Amino acid sequence: MNGSTAVADNYLSHGRGFRSWFFTLDHKRIGVMYLASIFFFLILGGFFAMLIRTELLTPGRTIMDADTYNQVFTLHGAVMIFLFIIPGIPAAFGNFVLPVMLGAKDVAFPRLNLLSYHLYVVGAIFSVVSILLGAVDTGWTFYTPYSTTTHTSVVSMTLGAFILGFSSIFTGINFIVTIHRMRPPGMSWNRLPLFLWALYSTAIIQILATPVLGITLLLLIVERLLGIGIFDPALGGDPVLYQHFFWFYSHPAVYIMILPAMGVMSELISVFSRKHIFGYKAIAYSSVAIAVLSFLVWGHHMFTSGQSDLGNMIFSALTFSVAIPSAIKVFNWLATMYKGSIRLDTPMLYALSFLLLFGIGGLTGLFLGALATDVHLHDTYFVVAHFHYTMMGGVLIAFLGAMHYWWPKMFGRMYSEKAGRLAAFLVFVGFNLTFFSQFVMGSQGMPRRYYNYVDRFQSYHVLSTIGAYVLAIAFVVLAGNLIHSLFRGRKAPANPWGSATLEWMCASPPPHDNFAEPPEAGDPYDLEHLVYDESIGGYAPRTAREGA
Amino acid sequence: MSDIRSTTENGSRETESLGHVVPLRVLLAVWFALVLLSLATVGAVRVDLGSLNLWIALAIAFVKATLVGLYFMHLRYDQPFHAIALVGSLLFVVLFVGLALLDTTHYQHEMIPGYAPAVRP
Amino acid sequence: MRRLENGAAHEIPHHFATPRQAYESGKLGMWIFLATEVLLFGGLFAAYAVYRGNHPEIFIYAHRFLDSRLGALNTLILITSSLTMAWAVRSAQLGNRRLLTLLLALTLLGGCAFLGVKVVEYEHKWKHGLLWGKRYRPHPAETAQEHPSAAEVLREAPLGDRTNIPPAAIGPSGLAFSADETRAGHADAEEPRNVQLFFGVYFAMTGLHGLHVVAGLLVIGWVFVRLRGGAYGPSNFEAVDRAGLYWHLVDLIWIFLFPLLYLIH
Ligand code: HEM
Ligand SMILES: [Cu+2]
Repeated sequence: MNGSTAVADNYLSHGRGFRSWFFTLDHKRIGVMYLASIFFFLILGGFFAMLIRTELLTPGRTIMDADTYNQVFTLHGAVMIFLFIIPGIPAAFGNFVLPVMLGAKDVAFPRLNLLSYHLYVVGAIFSVVSILLGAVDTGWTFYTPYSTTTHTSVVSMTLGAFILGFSSIFTGINFIVTIHRMRPPGMSWNRLPLFLWALYSTAIIQILATPVLGITLLLLIVERLLGIGIFDPALGGDPVLYQHFFWFYSHPAVYIMILPAMGVMSELISVFSRKHIFGYKAIAYSSVAIAVLSFLVWGHHMFTSGQSDLGNMIFSALTFSVAIPSAIKVFNWLATMYKGSIRLDTPMLYALSFLLLFGIGGLTGLFLGALATDVHLHDTYFVVAHFHYTMMGGVLIAFLGAMHYWWPKMFGRMYSEKAGRLAAFLVFVGFNLTFFSQFVMGSQGMPRRYYNYVDRFQSYHVLSTIGAYVLAIAFVVLAGNLIHSLFRGRKAPANPWGSATLEWMCASPPPHDNFAEPPEAGDPYDLEHLVYDESIGGYAPRTAREGA
Repeated sequence: MSDIRSTTENGSRETESLGHVVPLRVLLAVWFALVLLSLATVGAVRVDLGSLNLWIALAIAFVKATLVGLYFMHLRYDQPFHAIALVGSLLFVVLFVGLALLDTTHYQHEMIPGYAPAVRP
Repeated sequence: MRRLENGAAHEIPHHFATPRQAYESGKLGMWIFLATEVLLFGGLFAAYAVYRGNHPEIFIYAHRFLDSRLGALNTLILITSSLTMAWAVRSAQLGNRRLLTLLLALTLLGGCAFLGVKVVEYEHKWKHGLLWGKRYRPHPAETAQEHPSAAEVLREAPLGDRTNIPPAAIGPSGLAFSADETRAGHADAEEPRNVQLFFGVYFAMTGLHGLHVVAGLLVIGWVFVRLRGGAYGPSNFEAVDRAGLYWHLVDLIWIFLFPLLYLIH
């Protein structure tokens, strides 16, 4: 199969109409539906972000009152976290490529997979309904006792998040079982593509942490509906316990976000440096190490909440240890690039942005993990900048990289490289403008989640808002480019980037059943045997070309 | 990490029947042990052993849980990975409980001596 | 579709290569799901541990209002229904349909009996206002009569001394109300503060567990209904097996709940 033309029957043309999509069991279609939904919520969350930044352009009232502002920043956080970034890469790209990377026909439980998507939709509906019923104003963390006393629709929003948790768990179960049981002949654990190692580690966290979020939100709901009193200080309950519950999930959850992004990075860096990945095992095992360590550090969100001193010290020390496996990955990526022939295609531009931005995000995490500095920096814009460097500079950027990398495979079309690069550049510039200024004002004491501020912070806020507008423009360019490609793009070859993982061995877009026979899996990073073939505009195995 | 690799590699497995049939004798014996252990927990609280009481109750519960897991849930005859999943999840619960309890065991009655002291009821 | 040599016609999904792969995948999936259940309850165990650690006196006092005989009875019921369930899996594996039907019916019966006992217990608490948080409205006189042992603990030693976190003096104004501010009037003078915490934890744990019992009954009921169609055979007993695993997990959790809630020393 040289893949120069798309196979007549591909998964996109296999069955038409709404039902053939919404009730499909095909992991590829589920992945595409996830991608569309997730992207929609990215835009919605982005819209709220624009409102926040516009409001903060001037001190005092700019476009909304203080209560609305509280609702808007809560919605921004909740939508971005629960509806975009947590499902994000695994649900959209994981679903699409995981079985193909394994040479399998589908995930282990296709029905569960569909159920996971349907639950996502139901959870999303609850969240959106909560906006209409009186949007939540607690911040995405739903801290008690405020969340049990505010008059906004906390129940609907948390019920939504609860349901989304199930969706996430089902994806995790599917991925673990599929990776365990459905690898093709020749693919030992040590030949598993690193993206799958990352998804596997992510799934471990999804399995072990998400249920705790479930019980947390359930107790919160029962608290509001029945007054069970477990987190309510007025009834002898302990609000700090709520924070333990919440962060036992939510710190590991930041690794649910970043691990798949790191997996994408491992693929991109190797392919676009045209070099075998450096330190395969170190990268693979560090993913699992991160998954386990991520459970040991949640208390670093509670340094100033009245946690015991001993707890503070233990959690601080453990927090530093997470940096080790993260740094292992970064150094291995750098070593992969060393002396490679680096190609600056759009996905690689995102990968390079990731390296820099995640580096900053991770290192500032260490500032925050140090007890004394955290007392100064906690709940300031420094924290906001830290987690945006990791979540946006890290995860979102990797998401965009993944989107540009797998787009040809998913839709069989090439986008305009020029517009793609322009968008990547604008994202990078806009992002740094928006958030670097926040590091500066945070370290000078600008508190987070404030509606008003003293005049001397205004210049930073203006810079930040301008950056946000640049980001908005970048997204218009990016989306325009991708949508344009669907209609006008050049037909994609099977293997446009010269990658050696199995998904590039079937046509773009893949046929309904992926592979008739499970393909023989080799080393997923052995790129040497792939050479560029002018006639198909993509890469093909050396032998195939010589044979032609 | 243990798993049966895609079974195409190992055709001989397919002729085996799926799953292990636990002998009835074993099931009944386990049930009997569980009943005895339940009675033992009830009996054990009647003896005052201070804080040891809690640990004894938990230890008996763990033994019972192990029996249910090994025989009723077939863990003894299954893929070891299933046992890893169960034991692993328990370890994470222990971790959660343990670290959350740090606040309790290290509660400071007075942060600033003399300022808003605790009252003894 | 593949036909297996022995047993009813059985389809394995097209994306699996062999029946064994399908079987092992399903089983692994089930186990991972059970792991999530363990962590779901884990949260409640953490809440239990923290409150018992902070306020042992509440637990020592309040657990006297639970009837440990009923708790023990329920323990026996669940253990026995676990036995019948495990036996049911065995008879499905051996292809003994009549025994399978009988054992599943017994398991269902056990589950219902468990719930019945729970209803009796809940009703008693309801009647005496021994409820969670906001709804805790004890009638001290009546309950003291019915639960002499609770009054007894109070007489033996002042429980307040055993608390790990004594209430703070009203210092600078804060968010928390002291317990007597909110529930002024009806608390028995000798009763430890914040007894409602115990009942909050009790109802959360047994309530969630009860929901799992109901879910387990539904699953087993579904397996039972499909018996009629002759759905199970020696090579096709997954559904019985999975339902069984779930049921045993419900049992496992109760094994811990029973001593922690009913048998506090
Ligand atoms: C080397 C790794 C990291 C370290 C050491 C670290 C450390 C920290 C610390 C100590 C805080 C608490 C700051 C405070 O509230 O005072 C924090 C907050 C936060 N971090 Fe990180 N972090 C790391 C990576 C990440 C990653 C990868 C993400 C997301 C993908 C992330 C997302 C967040 C978020 C969302 C918050 C704030 C949550 C909130 O209060 O709303 N962090 N981080
Ligand atoms: Cu964290």
